[in-house]
Amino acid sequence: MGKPEPTSSGVPDDRQSTTAADSTGPYLRVTDLRVRFDTEDGVVRAVDGVSFGVERGRTLGIVGESGSGKSVTSLAVLGLHNAKRTTISGSICLGGRELVGLGEEQIRRLRGRDLAMIFQDPLSALHPYYTVGRQIAEAYRIHHPGASRRAARQRAVDMLDRVGIPQPAKRFDQYPHEFSGGMRQRAMIAMALVNDPALLIADEPTTALDVTVQAQILDLLADLQAEFHSAIILITHDLGVVGQVADDVLVMYGGRAVEHGTAEQVLRRPQHPYTWGLLSSVPTLHGPADADLVPIRGNPPSLIDLPAGCAFHPRCGYAARTGGRSTGEVPELRPTDEPGHLVACHLPAADRVRIRTEETAHVGVQS
Amino acid sequence: MTRFLVRRLLTAVLTLFAVSVLSFLMFFGLPRDPVSGMCPKNCNAERLERVREELGLRDPLVEQYANYMKGIVVGRDLGSSQGGRCDAPCLGYSYVNSEAVTDTLTRVLPVTLSIVIPAAILWLVLGVGLGMVSALRRGTVLDRLAIGFSLTGASLQLYFVGAVLLLIFTYNLRITPVPGYTPLFEDPVKWASGLVLAWFSLAFLFSAIYARLSRAQMLETLSEDFVRTARAKGLAKRKVYGRHALRAAITPVVTIAGLDVGSALGGTVITETTFGIQGLGRTAVDAVRAGDLPTIMATVLISAVFIVVANIVVDILYATIDPRVRLR
Ligand SMILES: Nc1ncnc2c1ncn2[C@@H]1O[C@H](COP(=O)(O)OP(=O)(O)OP(=O)(O)O)[C@@H](O)[C@H]1O
Ligand SMILES: [Mg+2]
Repeated sequence: MGKPEPTSSGVPDDRQSTTAADSTGPYLRVTDLRVRFDTEDGVVRAVDGVSFGVERGRTLGIVGESGSGKSVTSLAVLGLHNAKRTTISGSICLGGRELVGLGEEQIRRLRGRDLAMIFQDPLSALHPYYTVGRQIAEAYRIHHPGASRRAARQRAVDMLDRVGIPQPAKRFDQYPHEFSGGMRQRAMIAMALVNDPALLIADEPTTALDVTVQAQILDLLADLQAEFHSAIILITHDLGVVGQVADDVLVMYGGRAVEHGTAEQVLRRPQHPYTWGLLSSVPTLHGPADADLVPIRGNPPSLIDLPAGCAFHPRCGYAARTGGRSTGEVPELRPTDEPGHLVACHLPAADRVRIRTEETAHVGVQS
Repeated sequence: MTRFLVRRLLTAVLTLFAVSVLSFLMFFGLPRDPVSGMCPKNCNAERLERVREELGLRDPLVEQYANYMKGIVVGRDLGSSQGGRCDAPCLGYSYVNSEAVTDTLTRVLPVTLSIVIPAAILWLVLGVGLGMVSALRRGTVLDRLAIGFSLTGASLQLYFVGAVLLLIFTYNLRITPVPGYTPLFEDPVKWASGLVLAWFSLAFLFSAIYARLSRAQMLETLSEDFVRTARAKGLAKRKVYGRHALRAAITPVVTIAGLDVGSALGGTVITETTFGIQGLGRTAVDAVRAGDLPTIMATVLISAVFIVVANIVVDILYATIDPRVRLR
């Protein structure tokens, strides 16, 4: 999780250049992804035209409130949505291969081998009836059918050792409930990395853990990334975590991308009022210690019935300054004057910069 | 494990002791003369008096109970009118059946076992299979059919299903003989053909319940995180279902099945009555009608034994399936 370099960010500069699946582009390139669920209450547009890219060795942070479509995006990349009730369109290009429309059997062969996932709650994500080691060895043998039981066991023990679990050979034979929360998440990471995937998606990997353990897990991920040179997508609510580890940041709201750029750009010079809101609702190391934490007023929107125009306008303090456009027109994600920094907002660029410097000066996360 | 077994066996013995005391008090402690019921006809006053004597009804209740228990453990001597020496496990003598209760039970117990065990295997295989398939094919025609089957099964009564099966297979198509019991080791074919309708009627009703139960369990399990993990590893769906989901979904089903089988072994009165087969259930009902106290006592005790044993078996199974459950 190296220092941000704006020039090599995976951010698409415009739609055209991202459609070609060139092998020189980022390892994962998602273009205009749309995921819809047909439910009894209506069509849920959980992801509505999201684009991003991640290169190997780099980390993309996806942030947004609950229900903004972060997990749905990552499950779409893994092809884990129920095909019958889900409509997916757009492009997901992994190492030059198009995943949207790929058959279940073909995408299954990639899962766990080229791309792997870590989930939020390691206790419920591990099978309670099988030993931790057996579950890791199983993940290995799926993609190494020729491997013997002993080889798989050895590999699993090595991985447990690699993620910092003491006495890995003994731990191999224990059940998930015999592990502590942090150890369990380490085991999940061992399982995800057992086949050296080039892309790792971590969906809130530290939310269920306490703060000291969180930091250890993030350090571990950073070490492993340096070692295996994998691309990482880190999904989180925690902007502090993003500031710590992400190279690029994608901010989602109501299933759409509202801001995208390098971590430096999005966290230090945010341009979207929603990002300002997110940032002022987390404590910062830079701002005055007595600065009030301001939660964003209102609630996240319903994805079945998004507000017309800019989905954020009912909660936006500056909607009135757009001359009615915020209720009538969906803002497009457009480049700002910084290369690679994109924002979807009707406010004139000059206004955004002025408002940010005037009203939200204390906002910002150490990056 | 051994410690668990010892403890559970002790608890079981205590439970059975409590059941026996309570039922003994209920049946023998009531201020009603049990003898007049046992000997309804041809009993002159003198004979009644002798029966009372031999049943020990003159003794204090505690002594009567102690005698009864002694009979179960080491056997005891009953009076000449009760067939004399009665070996352990002696459950007393029935004037109504004119035989030792233990003899009655050794006759009817295999009947009930022969009805319940094959039926239970059938209903588990059918019910769980159907439930799993319909969960995996949720929303399809097959699923709807399975739900329809469950609803039908749940709303029908055994005597109705039994009567319909009898009418079709025995009286119209003449495929199956008139139901009855032949010991398994005497003639397996006759054993099976005499009981097959009883098995299927029981299995039909129970598998309806089990289909619904296991469908719900499977659907719940399929939405569990660990199932998603298994798929994220790249495991083929078949193995995700078979190895990961099924094992978790089946656990509660096993528990309920154990208890259901346990209580069914205590007597399947309606089934036995519908098909005219004399098993434990009908024997118990007949005993109640005739006021045949020793037989009533014995059937109550034996049902209690089945239920207690079923509970232990369920606990052991549960701990075998779920490593989080420790047998302590
Ligand atoms: N299979 C599904 N069918 C219908 N709606 C779904 C389905 N999966 C997710 N959704 C809806 O899509 C929306 C986005 O969900 P998602 O899980 O991506 O949110 P999230 O950003 O990950 O939130 P959180 O931070 O709470 O994890 C939610 O409103 C959710 O209810
Ligand atoms: Mg989520």
